[in-house]
Amino acid sequence: MTKNEFIWNRKHLIGLRELSREEIEYILDTAKGFESISTRSIKKAPTLRGKVVVNLFFEDSTRTRNSFTLAANRLSADVIEFTEKVSSTRKGETLLDTAKNLEAMGIDIVVIRHSAGGAPKFLSRNINACVVNAGDGYCEHPTQALLDTYTIRKIKGSLEGLKIAIVGDIAHSRVARSDIYAMTKLGAKVILVGPPTLMPAQVNQLPVQVSYSLDAVIGEVDVINMLRIQFERMGANPFPSIKEYSHYFGLTVERMKKAKKDILVMHPGPINRGVEIESEVADGKNSVILEQVTNGLAVRMAVLFLVNQAAMIKD
Amino acid sequence: MEVLLSSDKIADCITALVDEIVSQTSRTDKIAIIGIRSRGEVLAKRLADLLSKKLGTKLPCGTLDITLYRDDINNPQGQTQHLVRSTEIGFDIDDTIVILVDDVLYTGRSTRAAMDALMDLGRPKAIRLAVLVERTGRELPITSDFAGYKIDLPAEKTIQVNFVESDGKDRVILT
Repeated sequence: MTKNEFIWNRKHLIGLRELSREEIEYILDTAKGFESISTRSIKKAPTLRGKVVVNLFFEDSTRTRNSFTLAANRLSADVIEFTEKVSSTRKGETLLDTAKNLEAMGIDIVVIRHSAGGAPKFLSRNINACVVNAGDGYCEHPTQALLDTYTIRKIKGSLEGLKIAIVGDIAHSRVARSDIYAMTKLGAKVILVGPPTLMPAQVNQLPVQVSYSLDAVIGEVDVINMLRIQFERMGANPFPSIKEYSHYFGLTVERMKKAKKDILVMHPGPINRGVEIESEVADGKNSVILEQVTNGLAVRMAVLFLVNQAAMIKD
Repeated sequence: MEVLLSSDKIADCITALVDEIVSQTSRTDKIAIIGIRSRGEVLAKRLADLLSKKLGTKLPCGTLDITLYRDDINNPQGQTQHLVRSTEIGFDIDDTIVILVDDVLYTGRSTRAAMDALMDLGRPKAIRLAVLVERTGRELPITSDFAGYKIDLPAEKTIQVNFVESDGKDRVILT
């Protein structure tokens, strides 16, 4: 038990754009203390006993939803699973009404994923419970970027001075956006790599370099984060064929030969094997894809703990 | 500020603690020392070193972070927050006699949290509590097994334990 001078006072985690370096590092430092819960004999602590967490997911998810559920369970909170497909949203209920009704049951934390950017922010302004963003539109996915930076920091010690490539469908990726904010604030150089059609509009306003050639940057980066092509979010085809995309932007065994020996290969999941990454690379010795999932649990426990703690102090 | 224990006095207290623990331990007991962060951690390391020398066998020593088990997490007292740090216990506590170490025993609430945290790590044969300073004011039915120094103090007084390892010098002060 250590008293500290820094006070965490955010009862919502909406995005990393608004967080300072100090705040991001505080979350990562806190997460370290939660790692051991998952490895010991009784994988539970009483910290959030009597608290209720709602998983309010309006989009599909495997990793993030299960990770938040398990994180809440390990801290002894009760969890309500809300799935849009079997809810009254189908009967015309608005997001705010759904949230207000859940709040009337006495919930403490809402974990929300929504296809509309800004939905978590909107919710945080209109309800009393803590709001944690689990992905909104093309905006942010803060806990993914936190677990990404946690994983890099754990292995490399620090992000200061590292070169990190984020490759693929940047335009449709909220992971990329949160990663850019977190990684650059922690001192890394971020290079976005992909075809021009998959770069976001006004990419020049982001604190990043842009490259249209993976071969040009593969040799100089310390970390490479491969993104999935989000076909479900696309209208017209952004490239001629999947085969052509893989040829230029896929992480193949051949391409890995040009990479640094200790390069970290990351992927937020779900993986499309053979499209953005070859199986041998995804399962290879440089891959930390499953470590990312493990670390996600500690990071999400820390986030739930911190927002609750901030809510307690304000009351 | 008033100095309650000087560095010499602290050394005497620690020696007395070690002698008392040795006198109440049998050669066949499996013993482990676990300190509560953060001053308990320092004291635990010192006790473990001295006890290991006396008993002629290296005793395992670990550190317990009790933040997640505190009873004021959801009812914070004042404007302080506790930083979560890791518990570092690299050995199995099943069937061992755990000497739980803290700098000060006061309300007993930290000890309660520490016992719950230990129980989630395994099933020790027994938990014994060793503290440098024991003051009056218990709020829970908890008592120490080994105490270096006992004092009766009014509630408005605060005890602060400083160690060379964490604060640059050994001393116990009253404020």
